[in-house]
Amino acid sequence: MMSAARGQLSERRLDEIIGMLLRAGVLIAAFFVLSGGVLYLVRENGPVPDYHVFHSEPGELRAVPGIVHAALALQGPGLIQFGLLILIATPIARVAFSLLAFLYQRDWTYVVVTVIVLGLLLYSLLGSHE
Amino acid sequence: MNLVEFTLVVWAGAVAAGFLGALTGLGGGVVIVPLLTVVFGVDIHYAIGAALVSVIATSSGAAAAYVREGFSNIRVGMFLEISTTLGALIGAVLVLYLRVSVIALVFGTVLLYSAYASITEAPHDNEDLGPDRLGTLLKMDSSYPTASGFVSYHVRGVPLGFALMFVAGVLSGLLGIGSGAVKVLAMDRAMKLPFKVSTTTSNFMIGVTAAAGAGVYLSRGYIDPGLAMPVMLGVLAGSLLGARVLMGAKIRVLRIVFSAVIGALAIEMIYKGFSGKL
Repeated sequence: MMSAARGQLSERRLDEIIGMLLRAGVLIAAFFVLSGGVLYLVRENGPVPDYHVFHSEPGELRAVPGIVHAALALQGPGLIQFGLLILIATPIARVAFSLLAFLYQRDWTYVVVTVIVLGLLLYSLLGSHE
Repeated sequence: MNLVEFTLVVWAGAVAAGFLGALTGLGGGVVIVPLLTVVFGVDIHYAIGAALVSVIATSSGAAAAYVREGFSNIRVGMFLEISTTLGALIGAVLVLYLRVSVIALVFGTVLLYSAYASITEAPHDNEDLGPDRLGTLLKMDSSYPTASGFVSYHVRGVPLGFALMFVAGVLSGLLGIGSGAVKVLAMDRAMKLPFKVSTTTSNFMIGVTAAAGAGVYLSRGYIDPGLAMPVMLGVLAGSLLGARVLMGAKIRVLRIVFSAVIGALAIEMIYKGFSGKL
């Protein structure tokens, strides 16, 4: 009974940390998207790109290495994509955090469950889906 | 319209979409796609790309408030995530192979169902039907805080819930939405979770499911920075605003009116999809 109560308590603490993690992720992402957006609008203020027909993005803005490279060069679109990458990474970080929690609790069933989810997420983000 | 004007107009539309999404409980993603395609004439691939990243933003933004309340069931959510992330990956890949008219038809139908569900579904209590073999085996039974202290509940119907979650995942990846309505359906109706636990766990799952689809979208080039920027910032601001208004306000009539508007947008989207105007 005591250990169950303690388990509940540490889970509450964990929830608080996860809440902060999510909020921080969204704030940091919004910061990069906004700064990238300002740079993009200041430098490229011309006609509106044609969004009526789908062309796909240039290759460098479609994978993690290219986006990081463009963001480091302080290009507006690169910074926006970098912010969006942080945004996509936020729920993934949350899952990774849950994995640590299940490991700590020695809950092997859910360690396996969480590893599968994390694997699918990383495959989506880092794999090539041409 | 120059680039700055276009960006500001899209941003304002996204604020409205996020606001309405929070107020009706439909989510910002499901409102922004018809707005971008029907009103702004944006290609549906760019629209769902921008919508899906804004879904992650609202889910994570709202989750920060939810987790503190202690309603969500992490084990149920994580187990079902196997199903939704796999579904989302498949749905996101399917986008490439389906005609725009088919995507528009599926989108309009899901939007109509969601609008209907948001009007008719009221918070209610599921009767606790006792423990279930699989639910017990997976240690899903838990408790949640109510006005009269912690109430424990049992989780049932895991296979059916798992199957429905796969559908929710496919729809999320295919349409760039959170699929909140289908997720709540699975947990509320199939798995008999308490209503509040269903809605908050659904919110937790939406972000993870959307992240699974977003990786494929990014790699396929559906996420355009110039468009995703005002959409993500706008939907996020609008939904935070909507959540604030939602607290305490009596908004049942408002919900019905807005859900009807969104339903009309859904019908127009289906029509335009079929007449080749999307």
